[in-house]
Amino acid sequence: MSALAALIRRDIRIALRVGGGALIGVLFFLTVTVLMPFAVGPDLALLSRLGPAILWLGALLASLLTLDRLFTADHEDGSLDLIVMSRTPLELACAAKALAHWLAAGLPLIIATPVLGLLLNLDGTATLAVAATLLAGTPALTFTGMIGAALAVTLHRGGLLLAVLVLPLSIPVLIFGVAASQAAISGPLPFGTPFSILCALSLASLVIGPFAAAASLRHGLD
Amino acid sequence: MRLSGRNLKCVRGGREVFSDLDLSATSGEALAVTGPNGAGKTSLLRVLAGLLVPAEGSIALEAGDAELSLAEQAHYLGHRDALKPALSVMENLSFWREFLGGETKDAGHCLAAVALDHAAHLPAAYLSAGQRRRLSIARLLSVRRPVWLLDEPTSALDAAGQAMFIGLMRDHLASGGLIIAATHLPLGIDARDLRMGGAA
Repeated sequence: MSALAALIRRDIRIALRVGGGALIGVLFFLTVTVLMPFAVGPDLALLSRLGPAILWLGALLASLLTLDRLFTADHEDGSLDLIVMSRTPLELACAAKALAHWLAAGLPLIIATPVLGLLLNLDGTATLAVAATLLAGTPALTFTGMIGAALAVTLHRGGLLLAVLVLPLSIPVLIFGVAASQAAISGPLPFGTPFSILCALSLASLVIGPFAAAASLRHGLD
Repeated sequence: MRLSGRNLKCVRGGREVFSDLDLSATSGEALAVTGPNGAGKTSLLRVLAGLLVPAEGSIALEAGDAELSLAEQAHYLGHRDALKPALSVMENLSFWREFLGGETKDAGHCLAAVALDHAAHLPAAYLSAGQRRRLSIARLLSVRRPVWLLDEPTSALDAAGQAMFIGLMRDHLASGGLIIAATHLPLGIDARDLRMGGAA
């Protein structure tokens, strides 16, 4: 267990240092969300209707932004070889890396959501609903994204490939994330139904992601 | 402990790198893998480390820990130093020490052994190539693994560094470890020669 804790600590530390991914993700999220009202125009009703979708798209793109470095950085400097060789099962190491990525890059997005909700004319309940759906849904984005990151690891310029591979997988998360937020704001659907499906998607990706990523890392090494 | 490979064959990118290769090394013994560039020295080490799958042949470690695979009982010192520039020297070493686990030694002592203790709090980004290599060597010391797979271990090291590393390799062999090193330069310790590729 201490090996996994050490891996999580190291990845978070790197993400928080200068040049790490944590701040970049939040800044990108902020930029996308701030630009939206300017593009949509000063129609407050329209903004608050689009708000959850904008926040979700922003979070999706922001988490994708730093995901391509998840394994590439370790592959380039040789750390991945040692992680593969180590006594820690590769599946658990993958899960630990994804968890560290979510803590460093996903959690700040959720914390920033209430501030950004103000810009999109979302009231308290709506903001809370979006934050709750992001909290339940972003782990699914990270853990399915990890599969793409592992596939792209040996390719140069794998970042673009990552987007092509991962975005289709994130469509269900996006649908139910926005549906749950809308349900909380305007109904008529109860919030619980899409929210439960969102949680289920996250749990399923929590299980599938590490195994798929580990398998593709084992086959991709050369 | 005895490491042996029989009839090994490695194919990379559709090209046969080496074939019909037999090797063996026992505790306290060093094997120096030599040969021209492209002879497959690094590929052989990566096959032994479990990072490449041999196309043919088998590798066995006798009298090792039966619970662990060869890779889990081996240190691999490759071309790339596995260091994170954003972390300090001490943080880099401490991470590998905790992550690799098993029988560990105090990280401070290991840094002192490779003469890097004065730079413990410096970010690894500021290290020279030789210092990076020393830090990688400190990783070998901080966690005990009986098998050392070394790829050009003394490259970038200065004369003092090479002498230091020769001493460390001797200690490792004396404590019952075994070393397989790919090298162009003489290792500086008594080692059996394994010549790869082409005419000598």
